Amino acid sequence: MTSPSLVGKNARRFTAPSVIPGFGLTFGYTLIYLGVIVLFPLATLIWQSSGLGLSGLYAIASEPRVAASLRTTFFISFAAAVVDLFFGLIVAWVLTRYDFPGRRLLDAFVDLPFALPTAVAGISLAALYSPNGWFGAPLADYDIKIAFTRWGILVALIFIGLPFVVRTVQPIISELEVELEEASATLGAGRLQTVIRVMLPPLAPALLTGFALAFARAIGEYGSVIFIAGNIAYVSEIAPLLIVVKLEQYDVPGATGIATIMLAISFAALLLINLVQAWSRRRFGHV
Amino acid sequence: MSEIAVTSSGSRRGVNFRPVTQDSSFARYALIATAVLFLAIFLLAPLAIVFVEAFSKGIGPFLTAFDDPDARAAIRLTLLVAAIAVPANLVFGLAASWSIAKFSFPGKSVLITLIDLPFSVSPVVAGLVYVLVFGGQGLFGPWLAAHGVQIIFAVPGIVLATIFVTFPFVARELIPLMEEQGKIEEEAALTLGASGFKTFLTVTLPNIKWGLLYGVLLCNARAMGEFGAVSVVSGHIRGLTNTIPLQVEILYNEYNNVAAFALAVLLAGLALVTLGLKTFLEWRHADALSGRARRH
Repeated sequence: MTSPSLVGKNARRFTAPSVIPGFGLTFGYTLIYLGVIVLFPLATLIWQSSGLGLSGLYAIASEPRVAASLRTTFFISFAAAVVDLFFGLIVAWVLTRYDFPGRRLLDAFVDLPFALPTAVAGISLAALYSPNGWFGAPLADYDIKIAFTRWGILVALIFIGLPFVVRTVQPIISELEVELEEASATLGAGRLQTVIRVMLPPLAPALLTGFALAFARAIGEYGSVIFIAGNIAYVSEIAPLLIVVKLEQYDVPGATGIATIMLAISFAALLLINLVQAWSRRRFGHV
Repeated sequence: MSEIAVTSSGSRRGVNFRPVTQDSSFARYALIATAVLFLAIFLLAPLAIVFVEAFSKGIGPFLTAFDDPDARAAIRLTLLVAAIAVPANLVFGLAASWSIAKFSFPGKSVLITLIDLPFSVSPVVAGLVYVLVFGGQGLFGPWLAAHGVQIIFAVPGIVLATIFVTFPFVARELIPLMEEQGKIEEEAALTLGASGFKTFLTVTLPNIKWGLLYGVLLCNARAMGEFGAVSVVSGHIRGLTNTIPLQVEILYNEYNNVAAFALAVLLAGLALVTLGLKTFLEWRHADALSGRARRH
């Protein structure tokens, strides 16, 4: 006969019994710190924007200047993530599959956009691509302007997003099974055929994840963009900058509205990543 | 006979036998050239120009940039902010990873997702949420003003925004690492009579020290370099609420290129040191860091 009170007690326990101490202290501190620093401020944003209502959000989003900045942010972020996807795959492939002098050094430098403060990246990109910079001057001879146009935003977002693609794809490339390649070759496939039909498909989930991470980061990016963008209203103004502009005009509801829309876009990207990874686990057995 | 044995490994009669799993040398060189060129243009050039611009007028003007009291105040503030934000997130990272990795409870994966949340929030939005809570028109704004406490456009706001954007760094490094290591060693120590705190100090901490250092490095680099979030809450008061990145922005907008890039050299140097130590840790202590794929 088990005593019902004991069963009840065990069933009500939140955590499994353990000799290790400190659960209450560390778990409690984790929740409080997370709540105070992250959840409460974010909840305030959601609560404030719920005061605007969906119609209020729509009104803010369809203001011409806001709509233009959201379009600029969305499409250029997408384009930058596509460029990162293409070149990130090549960089990851080269760094994992080939050996050449300087490979380790290049590999370490891939993380530079994570480590270099965005303001520094911003002013150095602006200096490179301005009409008298290293890249800006030769391009100016062909009447190509990068700095202070939308192309400048694209360049900055490519810089910011590259490591996401490379670092997500690299481990999967190094885990590709040589046996599959050999089997494919033995069965008569050419090298290109093997690469496209046998080696790339398992990389698809990682590529998609890297793409979504680069895209989500680009949507929110501020520091590296504002120096090179020129920030011309309706043309090269990004959504995060407009939040700052609205705040400077004491238009807090306007800033809150744009922030909520941006938050929704980046959460959608996050959800996409999780769905891709769940699908990939089922389909390929890895993330 | 022996001649064949020697040459058969490479080429025989001028014909190259390439393993079927290797790309043709043309493809290899083309891909390497593309990757190197792309990285040179998009990564190395932006890094190089920081140093070139900073020293473009020689070493004198570079050094003069640091005589400016505003620049010195910015450096002091950046060090102060990092000195608060990094330990705060270090303690949190230890508490979070201890409770998540050593115990099982419902909702664990939700908690891990929530800890990662600040990475998917735009820095500008991170600054904005604190304005909504503590700003003049914010939730606690009137109360704070009545009690003479200023958080936004002052140092506390900068510290809070920095803590927010660097929140997950230590925790996300330690959680997978401690989950991988399990709790057998701790259980042994406790059964043998060690106290909980002693177990942590002498058993857990030595096991996680490299991962901890790795997380702290990344956390510190971001804390000292954060721009967007800090820019929203700082108010840009010279000599008072400007961190190094904000001072760089002001100098750059005043066309004071040498001074702007001189301060940027400090941050680029920090980035290089961080990358160097990070690469060293990954190379030397790879097995002591978690084996999982990293993303930031």
